[in-house]
Amino acid sequence: MRHSILVHLKVVLQIDMPKFSNILTQLKSFLIEIGELSYFTIRFFKEILKRPFELKELLRQCYNMGNRSLLLVSITGFIIGLVLTLQTRPTLMEFGAVSWMPSMVGISIVREIGPIITALVCAGRIGSGIGAELGSMRVTEQIDAMEVSGTNPFKYLVVTRVLATTLMLPLLVIVGDAIALYGSFLVENIKGNVSFMLYFNQVFNALEFGDIIPATIKTFFFGFAIGIVGCFKGYYCDKGTEGVGKAANSAVVFTSLLLFIIDFIAVFITDIFYKI
Amino acid sequence: MKAQNNISNKNSVLEIKNLHKKFGDNHVLNGFNMQLFQGENLVVMGKSGSGKSVMIKCLVGLMEADSGSISIMHNDITKLNQKELDLLRADIGFLFQGSALYDSMTVRENLEFPLRRHTKKFGEHIDTEKLVNDALENVGLASAIDLMPSELSGGMKRRVALARTLILEPKIILYDEPTSGLDPITAKEIIILIQDIQKKYGTSSLIITHDVDCARVISDRMILLIDGIDYAVGIFSDLSTSKDPKIKAFFKQ
Repeated sequence: MRHSILVHLKVVLQIDMPKFSNILTQLKSFLIEIGELSYFTIRFFKEILKRPFELKELLRQCYNMGNRSLLLVSITGFIIGLVLTLQTRPTLMEFGAVSWMPSMVGISIVREIGPIITALVCAGRIGSGIGAELGSMRVTEQIDAMEVSGTNPFKYLVVTRVLATTLMLPLLVIVGDAIALYGSFLVENIKGNVSFMLYFNQVFNALEFGDIIPATIKTFFFGFAIGIVGCFKGYYCDKGTEGVGKAANSAVVFTSLLLFIIDFIAVFITDIFYKI
Repeated sequence: MKAQNNISNKNSVLEIKNLHKKFGDNHVLNGFNMQLFQGENLVVMGKSGSGKSVMIKCLVGLMEADSGSISIMHNDITKLNQKELDLLRADIGFLFQGSALYDSMTVRENLEFPLRRHTKKFGEHIDTEKLVNDALENVGLASAIDLMPSELSGGMKRRVALARTLILEPKIILYDEPTSGLDPITAKEIIILIQDIQKKYGTSSLIITHDVDCARVISDRMILLIDGIDYAVGIFSDLSTSKDPKIKAFFKQ
């Protein structure tokens, strides 16, 4: 039946069958992966409630992730603040609206640019790291060794890492936002002689709870997505060194895509409640 | 034959009956049977890909068998829940083929790791430091306590992995290719170490290997895993002089 439909499609639409079949196979494996990721996420929520709570490992992961990403997030935030202000300034000057610069930059960084750029940087830094670390542990049988020793590897490795990314990303975003705003202030100070107090007064006057709260809430989801995808890719890594590389790479690609989807959903929901 | 009779008088600590496991159309284990007796060194030999590692992983619950029964110290592991299985695992040591040391932890932390879940076994006042030092001294690596696994050679890694296996004082030790990837001298050292441990602790050992020298030195009894079944069972001298071409192929040097 399926075969006859495909043949019919080929005749009517003049479809290149091998290519069409290839697309179908890829779609099927993508859907299977989504299903497996959903199951993995459900297992995370089941395991999180069970004892023992690996608090020591959780704190170690929080420290590692925050500490290792802080410099990168700071540098990225600073450059984003500089570039955004430098590129927007001429346009605002043309309209005589350069005094709106702190409000505009403040809102755009807090609402959107800060969270998404920090999340993308962390997806590359933390997500790939988790994928490669768990992948190499799977390939070298360290996860099996953990299980044989009576420790639940899912709880010890996955739950702690996902919780750590979920808790640390909002903090990294706050740091990234602050540094980006400072970068923007530096440009304004040099080019427009605006004082620190005046600049940040204007930024905070422009910001409302409707800007800060939804933007902060979505960063928890960003952190969760980075952790869960990185862990999923690493935990079910294919055998061999090639598998580890693939796990790290696909963790970044899949997470980046997921971040934009989450961002879209978050903005959509925010629009309903806060009327942006 | 005499050796076999002596062994059969002992208690069985591990028993596999009619074990089946397949991956797709590939029947790796096709009705495998095995018995490990108290205090013996049993070697299971087979070609690469014959299902030795699959069988040993089914034993500790890392893989689920399709059918058959596995009884360890009179516990059917297929009927145990996770908690009971974890408790039983404290009495089973597993030496992995590639050592499987946790590479983000020092040697000390690697050895302390199994103790986290099995403190009850040693009572409330567990002296972790002493247990770690004793286990490392048993394998002659007390000085490596603060090194990272990346700073160890292949032989040292295998010794540390053995110390980690020993720290819970298991009754049964499963060795998955203990000499693979090692030079002949280090391999010999590991074999001697396994024998010493067996004498000192009186453990029952199941050794998976395709190393004939290892099998000759270490085995009390051997099983040849061919075509997914226990094709031949006996002592080394009997099997190595067998006329069966399938058995002969293993002992050709």
